[in-house]
Amino acid sequence: MANLKVKYLGAEFKNPTVLASGVTGVTAATWRSVVNSGAGGITTKSIWLNEHKGHKNPTIITTEHWMMNAVGLPDAGLEKAIEEINDYAKTKDALGAPLIASIVGGKAEEFAAIAEKMKDLPIDILEINISCPNVEGEFGLPFACVASDAKMVTQAVKKVSGDKPVIVKLSPNVTSITQIANACAEGGADGFCLINTLGPGLYINLETRMPVLANKVGGISGPAIKPLAVKMVHDVYKATKLPIIGTGGVTTGSDALEMMMAGATLVGVGSAVYYRGIDVFRKISNEMNEWCDKNGVKDLSEIIGTVKM
Amino acid sequence: MENKTELPIVLEIKKVINETDDTKTFYFDYTLNSKPGQFVMLWLPGVDEVPISVSYDDGSKFALTVFSRGEASNGICELKEGDKIGIRGPYGTMFNYMEGENLVLVGGGYGSAPLRFLAHEAAKKNCKIDFMMAAKTKTKLLFLDELRAMKNVIIHIATSDGSEGVKGHINETLEKVLKEKKINKIMTCGPELLMKAVGEIGDAAGVQTQISIERYMKCGFGVCGQCVIDPLGIRTCVSGPVMNSKVLNMLEEFGKYTRDAQGKKQYFSNQK
Repeated sequence: MANLKVKYLGAEFKNPTVLASGVTGVTAATWRSVVNSGAGGITTKSIWLNEHKGHKNPTIITTEHWMMNAVGLPDAGLEKAIEEINDYAKTKDALGAPLIASIVGGKAEEFAAIAEKMKDLPIDILEINISCPNVEGEFGLPFACVASDAKMVTQAVKKVSGDKPVIVKLSPNVTSITQIANACAEGGADGFCLINTLGPGLYINLETRMPVLANKVGGISGPAIKPLAVKMVHDVYKATKLPIIGTGGVTTGSDALEMMMAGATLVGVGSAVYYRGIDVFRKISNEMNEWCDKNGVKDLSEIIGTVKM
Repeated sequence: MENKTELPIVLEIKKVINETDDTKTFYFDYTLNSKPGQFVMLWLPGVDEVPISVSYDDGSKFALTVFSRGEASNGICELKEGDKIGIRGPYGTMFNYMEGENLVLVGGGYGSAPLRFLAHEAAKKNCKIDFMMAAKTKTKLLFLDELRAMKNVIIHIATSDGSEGVKGHINETLEKVLKEKKINKIMTCGPELLMKAVGEIGDAAGVQTQISIERYMKCGFGVCGQCVIDPLGIRTCVSGPVMNSKVLNMLEEFGKYTRDAQGKKQYFSNQK
């Protein structure tokens, strides 16, 4: 039995699997149920300052290779989030799974307004989601696609977030992800979560000659995007040396190990909830443990960033 | 790992039946392989996609009964024979019973739709069925002629205005039948407060009650997290819609509130 525990920005995770933002994650009860399914930590669904409506259905479609979604970040706003976070906190110590609050806004001031409240709440890490490709119609190009914007939002959040570590969720839909990551690091980012969904992509139904998603286009996740995610995690790890939550198509223990060798400390799991069920977190941890035992790895965190390039 | 796909297939509507002034049944020639209690996501291209329970499935054709109550269902109810619509599924859990059991089905309003499918399947398995139907008024009662023509099915009716059957709630009828007969299981679908009352009556009589719960859904396959129920955080689309009384008794949310598309609690009118 290898030691699967990892430390990330001051929080201890009993294993490196973390529920990625946007997959289930609407209520504290769900966070608990995901932890009971083996997750080492939880990322909330992205929290807005005020109520935000998502897109109409259909919002999620899948094939065996990819998932495409345009849920559109529905959320009831900060007041409801505070209620859920305080509810989760009652059982957090017993569960032993840190809580990462994902926050989102249309303007830097909105991010800052949420962060200011979050600094006094029982959360472990603040994740700023500046990379959702599904609200472009509403807000234009995501902040994560322009280095100066990414830096500005990071700074605005860091200024008011007290001692909460701040990580930035990066977009793969850029020419140079290291340029964006470096800009966020200059803005004070403590770490990164990457990648957000790819694209957006388009899926057309032949009979109707129409896109199936109500938003027409949607962010691509799932097994197909994993090689890109692994490469980008490695690039950002090399460029910034800041700790990373590696996310994107992780479905098996091998995928998670690969992500860690590329440089991730934690591994985000999202679409795989569909591919392997809600207990995918336990399955991945067990598979990682088996690999460690076979390969004489006593402490899983030894493998972080050990890819020989 | 299984090969999985969740994309709508587009089917032609073969037949449309007007059940009431606001409810229609759409028939499709397609092998859906659904079980009573399961639902499909019905896609009206360019408008929306909504969960609809299956109201008939004989292996070669199936039916969906749609009540006009919003943009999507209103749009669907305007469709005619020959029009096309998208389907994903079937999804979710089913009603469970055994050969030859005595069942009570309690349908409220359009909640009778999945119970109609259940009645046909259970009758094939030699079950004896007391079908209790509650509606506002007699013109809102669904599938009455068809169900009356089935052997092994006894119909009991309650209407709010007394225009057919008992005036008021179906509860007393249920209590009476549970006292008079040996009933193995109760299965219900309808307004949540009606189902809650049915569950309580079933519990008091020591009869297992299976309830088809309704929650706002987006994906239907356990990813979006919109249909979770407190305090267990279970997903209605995967662990439901049909849940048995043992689970329901642990769900403090049941009969109190649901969550809207933004995840905000919306309390039933008799709460708070």
